[in-house]
Formats: sequence, structure tokens, C-alpha cells
Amino acid sequence: MSTGADSAREGPRIIVLCIGNPQRGDDAAGRAVARALRALLVDVEIIEEEGEATRVLARLDGADAAYIVDACVSGATPGEIRRFDVSTSPLPRAAFGASTHGFGLAEALELARALGVLPSRCVVYAIEGEIFDIGASMSPAVAAAVDTVAGRLRADILGK
Amino acid sequence: MIVKTIKVDQLARVEGEGALKVVARDGVVQSAELSIFEPPRFFEAFLRDRMYSEAPDITARICGICPVAYQMSAIHAMENALGVVVDGPLRDLRRLLYCGEWIESHTLHVYMLHAPDFLGYAGAIEMARDHADIVRRGLDLKKAGNAIIALLGGREIHPINVRVGGFYRAPRRRELQPLAEELKRARDGALATVRWTAGFDFPDVERDYEFVALRGDGEYPLNQGRIVSSRGLDIAAAEYDEHFEESHVEHSTALHAHLKARGAYLTGPLARYALNAASLSPIAREAAREAGLGSVCANPFRSIIVRAVEVLNACDEALRIIDQYEEPDRPAVDLEPRAGVGFAATEAPRGMLYHRYQLHADGKIADARIVPPTSQNQPSIEEDLKIFATAWLDLPDDALRHRCEQTIRNHDPCISCATHFLRLDVDRGG
Repeated sequence: MSTGADSAREGPRIIVLCIGNPQRGDDAAGRAVARALRALLVDVEIIEEEGEATRVLARLDGADAAYIVDACVSGATPGEIRRFDVSTSPLPRAAFGASTHGFGLAEALELARALGVLPSRCVVYAIEGEIFDIGASMSPAVAAAVDTVAGRLRADILGK
Repeated sequence: MIVKTIKVDQLARVEGEGALKVVARDGVVQSAELSIFEPPRFFEAFLRDRMYSEAPDITARICGICPVAYQMSAIHAMENALGVVVDGPLRDLRRLLYCGEWIESHTLHVYMLHAPDFLGYAGAIEMARDHADIVRRGLDLKKAGNAIIALLGGREIHPINVRVGGFYRAPRRRELQPLAEELKRARDGALATVRWTAGFDFPDVERDYEFVALRGDGEYPLNQGRIVSSRGLDIAAAEYDEHFEESHVEHSTALHAHLKARGAYLTGPLARYALNAASLSPIAREAAREAGLGSVCANPFRSIIVRAVEVLNACDEALRIIDQYEEPDRPAVDLEPRAGVGFAATEAPRGMLYHRYQLHADGKIADARIVPPTSQNQPSIEEDLKIFATAWLDLPDDALRHRCEQTIRNHDPCISCATHFLRLDVDRGG
């Protein structure tokens, strides 16, 4: 299952996996973070995905460190940012039920853990969403959180 | 009177979310209703006043699991409206792309969503802890499907290389060779999948479905064919509206489709197999025989085997297309907008997907109609529940709920396509 894509690369392989559907309101948050982050970070793979679990799993395979950004619904205030270290414990699944597919990020991470391909460092940034309608724009609170998350991720990855 | 209700608020392991309510009175199931809560999708309205050429990319957004099906039905319907037939290598490439989607979508359902039901696991994660090699085989198989879509579609999800009239760019022969190597391995994995699923324990039940599927001209149906049924229907896609109707039901925001003459029917793997088994490739036909499927499989629980056979057939068909591929002179045929109406039905992994478009003379869409497979199968899924659940009413609640969920999963409903979000609510009183 190894992607083998970066066998020649020296040093650890770090990926940032930005998940969401750009045409469903706040679900676009992860994808917006990807765009913001590209201006801030080089030498890090920034990958965009819609969140189907086996694709997420394939992306994690072979990475030494993975930082994941996704929108979530947990009843918190829209725009609230939470950071979960999922290296050793699961993501609270209930909060990540916003996926339109029954098999989402939480499942992808646990499947990776069961198969022994979860990166040894794995961190999830979750942005609380409010509007997930088809064709909707991101809500102002979530749009404001995007830059904050990009900045925090940069600091996290660079160890600053 | 003893009243029994079973309620499942979050239906797991189906594509999308929704709810089911089953009501039993004195030991007999009175009703089974799939409820879909999310507001209806407005794609048909979005399409109005957009150019005919935009339909493939807009409709691909209806589903992240089967975008190719939406693109294919859209392009065929548009070409029908514009009086163009796309043939030769471009037709083959479309079939190849569709094979990719079948491999990807069916494998996801077989391994991640459906198999845990038969092996006694809560889900794929629990299954992976005990059967890592099997889950890896499924993931590798699915990857082969992704690879076809990435190469032909330009990317793995929501392909961008498909257009009315053909493709934006046709692949070179040499580009397809690495894909062939991957598909040969995938074909072995698919054969192993048929054998694996054939060994599961299945409830001994059968249903008297009217099967509806496309019938290709000597080929297992994907993009084209007449709409036929096990009770004698044999029509062109253009006649769909004369024979089928959709109605609103109170408990769901998805429309329910019926045959005007006879009511509920079933599309999807069981229907395609029943109406086209003779057109499977020799290796897939032999695997089906070895798995004991017979010429018709009317046990919906065994649909997992039929999906595995269809994955095997898709790998084999993809290899045949790659082997015989000749690069086309042009990646697409020329098109002239004109006023008209176009119809098409293609076979999405879950079943038949019908599109109809009316175009203005300048090529803008006047009207669009999309009937996804899950809308068509929903009445039959409810009938399955009504018939099967009566025999299960004495089971403990958890077991009964699990059986009901399994009954829904048999048909791999894509609630994302049909509209959305479901929960389950079984009322058996007492």
C-alpha cells in the first residue's frame, strides 16, 4: 500500500491534508486553509481531499507526520477551532458526522491505526461549521477561522 | 394489540445519512418507511439556463462516490438532444472510465460497508484488526479503480476531462500500459473477492422483484442499452417517462419512482446480473457459476457476491479496452447547439441513472430531470423490510435493528444522490 512517491526524499515526510467540499458552505474550510497555507509553507505537501475514507487512508500511508484540517459539527460556536492529537487516541467520532458519506475522517484514522499505517505524529485541526448547504458560501465566523488555523499549523509544523 | 417500534436514528455504513421507521402490530410489520431529512437537492434547478456543455461538471457534484455516472448520463443525454453519436475509441474510453468507477464504488461497499455485516464486526475498523490482509486487498483493488479515473478523468474525484462529445484530452496508448499492469493484479484481487464473499453465511430468503436494467448489445451494460425488465418491459430511454413515474411521499424528501403499470421495481447489481449474466466476460461468468449464483439471484443479501462479480467483470473489461485501444484522431466530436430534448440512462454502480434535458436553440438548458438509482430502489428497500422484518420481530432490539440496517445496506443506497440524511426508527410496540 505504500505510495512510494517520496522514497528519494531526505528527512521526514510531512503532509497537510485539507478536507472538505468547496461547494457546501462551511465544509469548504479545510480547502480554504490549504490555499492560505500554500503561501506560508514550502517543503510540505499540502493535499486537498473531499474526505472519502479510503482516499484519506491512502494519503496517510507513508507519511511520517500528518496534519489534517476538516470542518466539524459538535454544537460548539461556529468558527471555534480545536486541535486533537490523534497519534495515540481516536478522534471523537460524533463531532465528525458532517460528512455526507457514512465512512469519514474518524473511520479513516482508525482504519489506518488498525492497519499500522497511521503516521507516528498525527494532528487534526477541526473548525466548527454552521452552514453546509449546497452552493452556500462559508459563514463569516468560519472564514475568519481559516487564517488563524493556517497560522497555527505553520507554527505547529515549524515547531515555533 | 401489541405495538412494537424500532428506531435507528443514525443509519451507519450507508452513503449518506438517514432514518428508518418500522412499525409492527401483533407480530406483523405494518409499515417500513425510509425517511430522508435533508432538503431536496436543487441540481435540476441549478442546471436551468446553464449551457449544455456545463451539465457534466455540474451533475458530477451530486455524488462524490459516483460522479462518473452523473457525467455519463449527462453527456449521453446531451448528445441525444444534439443528434450526435460518439463511437469508436471515444466510446471505449467512456466505458473504461465507467469501469473505474464501478471498481472503486463497489469495492468500497463490499469491503468497508457490507462485509462486516456477514463477518460479525461492527465495521471495517474492527474487521481490519483481525483481517488486515483482506482489508489491504480491498484497498488495493479500489486503488486500481481510482487509477483509471485519475488517468482518464484528470483527477480521482469529480473528473474534469469529460465533455459532451468526448474528452478534452485522449490518453496515448503508452500511458495506459502501467494501468494494465495494475489492473491485472486487481483482476486477481477481484476473483479472490468473489470467492471470499461466496463463503459468507446468508439468510435464506428470496424476493419476487421486477428487475429493471439496461441491456447492452452483447455487452454487460454501462453507458448504453435499452431499458428492459424481468416482466417484459423493453423500451428506449426516450420512453422512460411514459412507463415510470416519481411521487412524493410524506416521510421522505427524496422522490419515489414506480413503474406506472406495476409499482415497485429494483435496479442495480441484482437486476443487471439477472438481465445480462450471459454478457459477462468468461472469467466473470465462471466465477459467478463457481460462487453458486445461478442465472438469477433474488436474495438481496447475496448482492455482495454480485458486486464482486461485477468488479471482476469491470477489471477484465478495462483490460480488454486497454489492449484494443487505438488513439482517436480527435479527443471529441464537433457539436452544434440546437433546440431539442435528449434522454439517456446509464448504469451507475447502484443502478440505473436517468437524465432528460430540454435545450434552447442557443444550447442553454431549459429543463432538466434526474432520477437517481436510490429513488428508484427506495420502494423496493421498504418492501424488503416489510417482508423480512416480520420474521425477525422476536429478536432482541439490537439484533433486529442490525438486521434492518443490513437489509438497507444490501442495496448500497446512496442517500447523498437521492437527496439526503437518514435515521432508523423501528416501532414494534410491546
